[in-house]
Amino acid sequence: MQSVSAGAVGARNLMSFPFYVSPEQLMQDKAEYAQKGIARGRSIIAIEYRDGVLFVADNPSTSLFKVSEIYDNIAFSGAGKYSEFESLRKAGIQHADLKGFMYSREDVTARALANGYSQTLGTIFSQELKPFEVEILLAQVGESPEQTEFYRIAFDGTIFHERRFVAIGGRSDTLASALRDADGSEDRLDLKTALTRCMKAIETATEQPVSLQVLEIALLDRTRAGRKFRRMTFDDARALTD
Amino acid sequence: MEWMGAHRFIGQCSSFFDFLQQAKPELTPAARWGAGTSPSLPAQVPADEIQRHVLTHLAHGTTVLALKYDRGAVMVGDRRAVEGYQVAARRLEKVFTTDCHSAIAIAGAAGPCLEMARLFRIELEHYEKLDGVLLSCEGKANRLGHMVKANWPMVMQGLVVIPLFVGFDVKQNRGRIFKYDVTGGKYEETDYHAVGSGGKDARVTMKERFRKTLSEQDAVSLALEALLSAAEEDVGTGGPDVFRGIYPTVKCLNALGVADVDDDEVARQCNRLVRARSERET
Repeated sequence: MQSVSAGAVGARNLMSFPFYVSPEQLMQDKAEYAQKGIARGRSIIAIEYRDGVLFVADNPSTSLFKVSEIYDNIAFSGAGKYSEFESLRKAGIQHADLKGFMYSREDVTARALANGYSQTLGTIFSQELKPFEVEILLAQVGESPEQTEFYRIAFDGTIFHERRFVAIGGRSDTLASALRDADGSEDRLDLKTALTRCMKAIETATEQPVSLQVLEIALLDRTRAGRKFRRMTFDDARALTD
Repeated sequence: MEWMGAHRFIGQCSSFFDFLQQAKPELTPAARWGAGTSPSLPAQVPADEIQRHVLTHLAHGTTVLALKYDRGAVMVGDRRAVEGYQVAARRLEKVFTTDCHSAIAIAGAAGPCLEMARLFRIELEHYEKLDGVLLSCEGKANRLGHMVKANWPMVMQGLVVIPLFVGFDVKQNRGRIFKYDVTGGKYEETDYHAVGSGGKDARVTMKERFRKTLSEQDAVSLALEALLSAAEEDVGTGGPDVFRGIYPTVKCLNALGVADVDDDEVARQCNRLVRARSERET
């Protein structure tokens, strides 16, 4: 450390001279920053049901979506900062459509996408000054229930292969434990049970009653021909739960 | 004051075709002509040469047609592909559903035609996924025009692609038909249109029998009759193949979406038309 004796000149030098910060500290600070950002946001659940995957997002907007279609049988969901997961969503669609055009539609997989997201988020986390404050969830349905896949990708690029259900966003831990408690030995849930279970979990996590109006609901339905993704409108959801 | 980063916003586009040109230019149709070559070459070819070229190559066999009816539009295409005087394929599909409210049919060189149909479908789906809404009917038609225009260098090599676009306009609640020229010019047709080597014969048949208030069933019947006329007059157009059970592709577009008329129904209609003609001839 140089001595600061020469008045203004010294002060300027001090300004441009970086203090030493250990890599551990740097990463910890970044992680803390990203986690705080994500914790402020609302959460999203994806749960397996008899015919595919149900997404329930705590999102009162009817035009700015948190869950969307990436490809024929793959859906994407992002929690955290909208601008950041939106850019990741677009990149995912471009990747998927390009791959489907170059090879074939069946060669587009959630696994490859999850790897891409993991790489991107990992690089951003370690190299950029500001990490992305996002958590990504990918789900894919196949022809049979055994082929359903869930991937959760954290802000630092860590990737998790999940089963049966996943929760991301603000209160993901509480949601996941609520879902785990409710998860019995039953083989496949029907859609209605899956939806009410998600709503109960959100109620437990937010400690207040939840209505269908503030939920964004979407499905990956393997019984559909062609593209499996479908949004469930408020009326559809009300008809189902009544 | 300059809006910071505005250039990025302007550069953002939901077109897969544009993205492909940036990301993988070697995969775009025009790349076959030679990526990076200056596009001034076609201008050096005399205009009448171009016209002759286009006309001879348009004669590559096909008849695809579209016809409006009271609730939408019907689209029909034959299944034959020819190489010179030989039949190259008997089961080729030339009519494609591109999204829930549109379909295209294509006449011209088979390879680039199929590629354009595939690319156009991805183009519409890509836009829908990125923007979260469907393109308007007019928007889809314009987009197809851009793709035909981008194919211009290929026209000089004889690889002409002439699409016919049919969309159901959800806002106006009616079916719409658009035809194109090789330069990408887009023209809306009011009632019906047919392209391909048998196009003219099909158009003549439709011209005689078309009414504004056709029902879906009558429209399908008239469209098939027009295709039958084209197949009789034009060697490049395949009629119903009763030996192998190959029948024309028929799609109906209306407010409910795009529906394929199933083969049994098409076969029944074709057989009825053929019987009526044979009775007339004896």
